[in-house]
Amino acid sequence: MPMPTLLPHDLDAHVVASGFLGEAVVQALGDGRVVIRDGETARVVEAHDGGLLAVRFSADGRSLVSSGDDGRVVRITSDGAVEVLFEKTGKWLDQLAEGPGGAIACAAGRTAWVRLVTGEVKEFAHEKAVGGVCFLPKGLRLATATTDKAMLHWVTAAGAPVDMPWKGAHTGITTSPDGKFLVTTMQEPALHGWRIDDMKHMRMTGYPSKVKSISWSAKGRFLATSGANAAILWPFLTKDGPMGKNPLQLGPRDRIVTQVACHPSEDVVAIGYDDGMILAVRFGDAAEVLLRKPGAAPLSGLAWDRAGVRVAYGAETGEAGVIDIRG
Amino acid sequence: MTNVSQPIPVTVLTGYLGAGKTTLLNRILTEDHGKKYAVIVNEFGEVGIDNDLVVDTDEEIFEMNNGCICCTVRGDLIRILEGLMKRKGRFDAVLIETTGLADPAPVAQTFFMDDDVRSKTRLDAIVTVVDAKNLLARIDDSPEAEDQVAFADVILINKVDLVSAEELAAVRAEIAAINPYARVIETERCSVDLGEVLDRGAFDLNRILAVEPEFLTADHHHHDETVKSISLTAGDMQPEAFFDWINRATQEQGPKIRRLKGIIAFAGDPDRYVVQGVHMIVEGDHQRAWKPGETRESRLVFIGRDLDFAALKAGFEACRV
Repeated sequence: MPMPTLLPHDLDAHVVASGFLGEAVVQALGDGRVVIRDGETARVVEAHDGGLLAVRFSADGRSLVSSGDDGRVVRITSDGAVEVLFEKTGKWLDQLAEGPGGAIACAAGRTAWVRLVTGEVKEFAHEKAVGGVCFLPKGLRLATATTDKAMLHWVTAAGAPVDMPWKGAHTGITTSPDGKFLVTTMQEPALHGWRIDDMKHMRMTGYPSKVKSISWSAKGRFLATSGANAAILWPFLTKDGPMGKNPLQLGPRDRIVTQVACHPSEDVVAIGYDDGMILAVRFGDAAEVLLRKPGAAPLSGLAWDRAGVRVAYGAETGEAGVIDIRG
Repeated sequence: MTNVSQPIPVTVLTGYLGAGKTTLLNRILTEDHGKKYAVIVNEFGEVGIDNDLVVDTDEEIFEMNNGCICCTVRGDLIRILEGLMKRKGRFDAVLIETTGLADPAPVAQTFFMDDDVRSKTRLDAIVTVVDAKNLLARIDDSPEAEDQVAFADVILINKVDLVSAEELAAVRAEIAAINPYARVIETERCSVDLGEVLDRGAFDLNRILAVEPEFLTADHHHHDETVKSISLTAGDMQPEAFFDWINRATQEQGPKIRRLKGIIAFAGDPDRYVVQGVHMIVEGDHQRAWKPGETRESRLVFIGRDLDFAALKAGFEACRV
C-alpha cells in the first residue's frame, strides 16, 4: 500500500461531523457553518442561526441534512444550496436521522418528528426525553431511544408503538442494515441490543467510557464502536448477532477511541483517537496503517468517501483535513 | 483553531418560586461585566437577552444504573452541555436556573457522574435565592426549600426590606441551622455585587478552603429535633482507616448527607488532603503543603438531614492516629 497523503485545512470551530458531498470534502461546524471544499475552493454555508447539533449524510452521497438549536433541519447539496425541511422555533433539535426516499426524523426534548418527502409531518410523543432516532431500512418504522426503553413507531401506518424495555438512559440508536437488530448507546459505558423478531436482548459492555461513535461495516457484518482503548467491533454475522461472541479489538493503544468509520466495501475500519491520531486497520489480520499522526485534540469527525479511497477528518479544536490512501 | 483546555464554569441558581431567582438571573445577564453567558432555563419567556444564548429545557432526572438510589443526574443537562461545548468561544460561562421545586442534588451530581460534563465544565457554585418573608413557611411545607438552602454555597436572603428585624433574625437562624457554611448575603431586589455570586470556585478542591478560610471553623449547631450539620475536628488521621470509613459512611448515610467538605491531615503526609462530596459521591485530592506554623488539624463538615451525629463522630475519631 502506498503512503497515504494528508491535506490539512484547519478551521476555527468544533467539528461536529466530517464527510463528503460528491467529490467535495465537508466539515460541519458547531457554530452553525458547513464548509464544503472542492479542490482549492471552499464554500462556507451558514446552515444554522446558532449551533449545529447533528448531521447525517444521505446514502447517495449527494446531500446532507443537519439540525441545530435554531429549531431547523436543513438539507445542503454540494453546490451550497440550503433547503429548510423542518422548523420548530425554539427547539434544540439534537437528534437526527435520514430515511430512504428523503424522509427525515428529528427530536427535541420528549418529542420526535418525521418529515416525509411530501412535506407532511408526523409527531411522536414520549414520556421521557428522546435520546436517539433512526429509521428501519424500508422507512416504514421509526426507532427511538428513550429512558428505560427503545420504541418502534409506525411512521404512516396506524398501529400502536412497540416498547422494547431495558432499564437505563438510552442516548443513541441504530439499526443493522438488514433491519433485524436494534442497538442503543447508553449513558452507562455500554451498548444494548435487541433482535427485533423476538426481542431477545444483547448486552455489550466493558467500555471504559461512553460510546459516542458507531459505524456498520460493509453489509452490516460488524458494528464498530468507540469508547475503549481500541475500536470494538461486534460481530453480526449470524442470526444471533454478537450474543456469546467476543468482539474484535482493533488498533489498541493507550488512548481512547473517539471516532470509528468503516470502509464502504472492504473489511477495514478508520479509527480516530482522543489525541487526534488516525489508523486504518484491516479486520482479518489487524494490520495497521497510520493515516494521521497525533494532533492537538480528540477527533470528532471521521468518514470515508463512497469510493473508499479518501478519509475526511475533523477535531474538537477545528483541526481538519482529508487523507488520500492512494498516496 | 479554538482552545479546548479551559473548563467552562457553571453556576446553578436555585430558589423557591417568587424568591427572586429570575431577578438575579436578569441582573447577571444585563449588567456590564464583559462576560457572555449561556443560560439553561425551565420557563422560557421571562429571560431573553440578545447577546446571550438561552436554552429551554425540561428537567429530566434519571438514576444511574449503578444500584445507588441517590445517584440521580439531569439527562437533559448532559445533552445540552454537550451541545454547548461544540460552540465554545461564543460564551464564557453557563448559568443553570432550576425550577422552584427542584432538589439541587441531581444537578450537582451531573457534574461528578458524567465524564464528558466533568471533563469540559466545572461546577462553580450553587447559589440559592430565598425570600425573607416566606422562607420559614416554605421550609415547613416543602422539603425542596430546605434542600436548596442545604446545598447552597451562596445564599441570597432577598426582600429583607419587607420583614422586621425579628423576622430577619429568625430567617438567619434557620439558615445557619441548616447550612452554617454557606456565604449569606442580605439584599433587596437581588442587588448584590455579582463578584459575590459568580466565580466562587466552591467545588474547586484547590480554592474551596482558600476562598472562605472561616467556613470550617464554625461550631456545629444543634437546632430543633434533627441534626442538619456537623463539624468534626481531630489531629493527624490514618489514611487507610479514613478512606475506609468515609466510603462506608457515605454509602450508609449517603441519602441523608447533602454536602460534605473537609481538610484532612494524614500522618506522615506533608500535604493537606481536601475532600468534598454530594450524597454518596466523594472526591478528594492533595491540595498543598501544610505551611510552617500551621496547625495540622483535620476538619470535616457534613450538611444533611437526620444525620447520625454519634456514629459520624465515633467513626471519624476512630481514624485518628
